[in-house]
Amino acid sequence: MNDLFTLIDWAEIWLATLDTLTMLAGSLLFTVLLGLPLGVILFLTSKRQLLAQPTIYALLSFVTNVLRSVPFVILLIVMIPITVLITGTSLGVAGAIPPLVVGATPFFARLVETALREVDRGIIEATQAMGATTTQIVLRALLPEALPGILAGGTVTAITLVSYAAMSGVIGGGGLGDLAIRFGYQRFQTDVMVITVVLLLILVQILQMVGDRLVIHFSRK
Amino acid sequence: MIAFQNIHKAYRVAGVDIPALAGINLEIAAGEIFGIIGHSGAGKSTLVRLINLLERPSSGEVRVDGIDITALAQAPLREVRRDIGMIFQHFNLLSSKTVADNVAFPLKLAGTRDAATIKARVAELLARVGLTEHADKYPAQLSGGQKQRVGIARALATSPKILLCDEATSALDPQTTRSVLRLLAEINRELGLTIVIITHEMDVVRTVCDRVAVLDAGQVVEVGPVSEVFLHPQHPTTRRFVLEAEHVDETEQVDDYAHVPGRVVRLTFTGEATYEPVLGAVARETGVDFSILAGRIDRIKDVPYGQLTVAFTGGDIDAALAQLAARELTVEEVRA
Repeated sequence: MNDLFTLIDWAEIWLATLDTLTMLAGSLLFTVLLGLPLGVILFLTSKRQLLAQPTIYALLSFVTNVLRSVPFVILLIVMIPITVLITGTSLGVAGAIPPLVVGATPFFARLVETALREVDRGIIEATQAMGATTTQIVLRALLPEALPGILAGGTVTAITLVSYAAMSGVIGGGGLGDLAIRFGYQRFQTDVMVITVVLLLILVQILQMVGDRLVIHFSRK
Repeated sequence: MIAFQNIHKAYRVAGVDIPALAGINLEIAAGEIFGIIGHSGAGKSTLVRLINLLERPSSGEVRVDGIDITALAQAPLREVRRDIGMIFQHFNLLSSKTVADNVAFPLKLAGTRDAATIKARVAELLARVGLTEHADKYPAQLSGGQKQRVGIARALATSPKILLCDEATSALDPQTTRSVLRLLAEINRELGLTIVIITHEMDVVRTVCDRVAVLDAGQVVEVGPVSEVFLHPQHPTTRRFVLEAEHVDETEQVDDYAHVPGRVVRLTFTGEATYEPVLGAVARETGVDFSILAGRIDRIKDVPYGQLTVAFTGGDIDAALAQLAARELTVEEVRA
């Protein structure tokens, strides 16, 4: 036990941390880019909304639910051929981002849909009465009004992505999770395991704090 | 200005059509303040939303300024909507925008880009509603009355010809209600705006409206000048509204008069007659005695009126009633 914390390759841990951050940033970016419009469409096509389309809503809702019900570990494996198609590899950071995005997008889209539902219907009605187009209603009224809720959803999604990213270590995704599995689990280096967990914990804390700050900053109620 | 022609509207709930409006025919003239009064569920919110087509009629025509708006495509309908301001019971302000940005919002939606133009217009509107010093606050920092004033300023931003008020004072206390109604009357006078007010409170109608329609179960049961409808209600629903406004229970009142001797008569004065000593003069001439059982002297918009329930005893009662009628009082026998 005297060897504890002495055999650690700090450079490796630093690289793994950078990998995790890259995975997080990349996957969060694409998750928002895809999930935000999906959430808006889910909201608009749902019952009694501006573009109520029961068939389209049912279809999107079904696909969203299917993706959300697949355990992420399985999604990681199922996605491998598609990932190779997109990024050319199923390994490392590049190999981890596509499954992360596919796993988190439906989750974030649902949170966006819920945040939009929280906006008072009267606001939509008032904006409509001013002669606004549907695009104007979404961009100028709904999204600004739902911003605090969307930011809170983004925070939850980012934290989920941290744990998903750690899981992607299973398929050689790189980052802190990968390190924890290769050293902490497969080589019985408990100290590496402890350090990666602590680093992940710090990362989650920072994300939650920043998210909460942003939500408060944009809340006017 | 606004005409409803044979409007029907039904909502489909679980495969069954629930009628909300059943055969509405109504005309609202340019420049008037028109009240639509009804209990909740009478269809008044649906009716007012037909004017800017937030709700579509199942059948019938809605004409605004001579145009059948139900036949319009999306783009021209949006143009029509810019000419119709609307304020709401719960204000419906954007909580993420400041007071000034809320007022500027319809201008920006309408495509006004020039910041200086917008700024000047917003300043002018905020001055009109008395909120200049609150321009940079957020709606959450304002009182209910102030929020409704922002709503009014916002509704006026695009210089509309019509202002729709959907229960605009129902969430406000009586004093704030009065000040908001005063502001609406002022806007009507100074801008010549046609105002349609939806309410369940007779007091609101009496304070500002020129004409009123009483809505009951999706139908207009009575329509006319407020003084006419208010002082001589014909339909039971109207009568109930009037009594509610006076805090009187009709059955209780009739019971009260059971032991009063003589003939019980309701006298209605309007205009200057309200302030003349008519009753005393007639009593002296005809030798009748009278006792006042109930009464109210007040104003309907700018017209003073009095309505007294009086019991006459002794003397020549028929002659007294004839004289009162000759002096332009309305005489209604409550009990012979």
